[in-house]
Amino acid sequence: MSDDTSIVRFEDVSISFGDTLALDRLSFEIHAGETCVVFGAAGSGKTVMLKLALGLIQPDSGRVILFDKDIATMAEQDLLDIRARVGILFQEGGLFDSMTVAENVAYPLENQPAFQALGHANGSGAARSIDERVHESLRFVELEATVDKFPSELSGGMRRRVGIARAVVTEPALVLYDSPTAGLDPITANTIVALILKERDLRNTATIMVTHRYQDGQWMANFRYNPNNGAIEPAGGGDNGVKTRFLVMNQGKLVFEGSETELLASQDPYVQKFSRPGAS
Amino acid sequence: MDVIGVGSLPICSMVGLFSGIVMALQLGDALTKYGAESQVGTVVSITLVTQMGPVLAALLVAGRNASGMASEIGSMRVTEQIDAMRALGTDPSKKLVTPRLLATALTLPLLVIIADFIGMIGGFLIARAQLGITSSEYWTSAWQALKWADVSQGLLKPFIFGIVIALVGCSFGMRTTGGTQGVGRATTSAVVVSSLWIIILNALITQVFVKL
Repeated sequence: MSDDTSIVRFEDVSISFGDTLALDRLSFEIHAGETCVVFGAAGSGKTVMLKLALGLIQPDSGRVILFDKDIATMAEQDLLDIRARVGILFQEGGLFDSMTVAENVAYPLENQPAFQALGHANGSGAARSIDERVHESLRFVELEATVDKFPSELSGGMRRRVGIARAVVTEPALVLYDSPTAGLDPITANTIVALILKERDLRNTATIMVTHRYQDGQWMANFRYNPNNGAIEPAGGGDNGVKTRFLVMNQGKLVFEGSETELLASQDPYVQKFSRPGAS
Repeated sequence: MDVIGVGSLPICSMVGLFSGIVMALQLGDALTKYGAESQVGTVVSITLVTQMGPVLAALLVAGRNASGMASEIGSMRVTEQIDAMRALGTDPSKKLVTPRLLATALTLPLLVIIADFIGMIGGFLIARAQLGITSSEYWTSAWQALKWADVSQGLLKPFIFGIVIALVGCSFGMRTTGGTQGVGRATTSAVVVSSLWIIILNALITQVFVKL
């Protein structure tokens, strides 16, 4: 996928819940391999935006173009295939509490039409294939030892990591992260961001990360995963630079869109809340 | 199916047994005044098969399972598991509603058959012990009283009630909002609404069969 391929595009998208305008004429675009960090206070419409990007809710007006298809008017059945190309980490993990970790991670492989051939093919080879991918994904988040545990037996950080494993097990072209570090201690939060960097840089995945933490955006913009030594390193500028854009939302409106340099230079008091070290 | 069917079997059996006992006690007393105590088997079997068995079993299953479905699915709703299901490319209706619908619609008639039979045994115990009716007299009158229309009514009702219980329970669960409080509200509403529908539909179906 070339870097100028559009992955998701919002065109004047508005949505209300009752009398509350959750999103007001939101427009932006994410390309292949690009990272988009979305800041905003609680209730500013960040999660609604992610749900719209996945077609989980439909806008009142405007268009949401995902992989060149307008999903705003698509029927639920038609959306199932297109969602197979998107991974999402929900704020609370969204893990199925009646399933083990392994079953949770295997869920998209066993249920999405695009991957069902893996499970339905004859012979034990197919079953191993799902099993291998589940273990590979759990190894990726360093939780291979938890396969038989239930989500209730895991810590908050571990649940997020399982959520990441499930989101990326299908190797999607776009991954959405809804406040992946919310409510976590700084060490665990950094581990989560490191995993997100690793996923992005190993697979060149387009990424939308919704967060309150300035540090998360700063990491996404300035660091990258080095597959040679497995370390997170400063990205540097030029060709090594990371294509990261920042969006800031306030009460359903996009109040800022630009690079990290532009974010840091903004004089808007609301934007400054998210562009200063220590802001949260 | 195991949870709904096997799980509800003890309570449905108990309700069936005591319904039969109470009916035989009450009606036996009234029938004796007219010298018609030998008809107790007839009255118990028709009432149990067409009315008491389906309605009582359905109300119990509604209380037990409509609430369970609403709370289970409602909890999944408020913890983003339903959204996760859709996001991961599956249809929550197929995954969560269809199996519950089939299980309830198929299991409730079976529960009713068992409850009816146990209820008749309860009626027989009273008829034998207190009214001095012989075994063959009771069972013959009970058996001969039942027409195909009664049996059909007794099986159609739980089938329809099962569908109503599952649909109401699942729909309240699916539409849950407002966190744990919302789950509580959905659970209560599911039981109330499904119970009301059972009583209303029972009247309508009875009316249809009476006209036949």
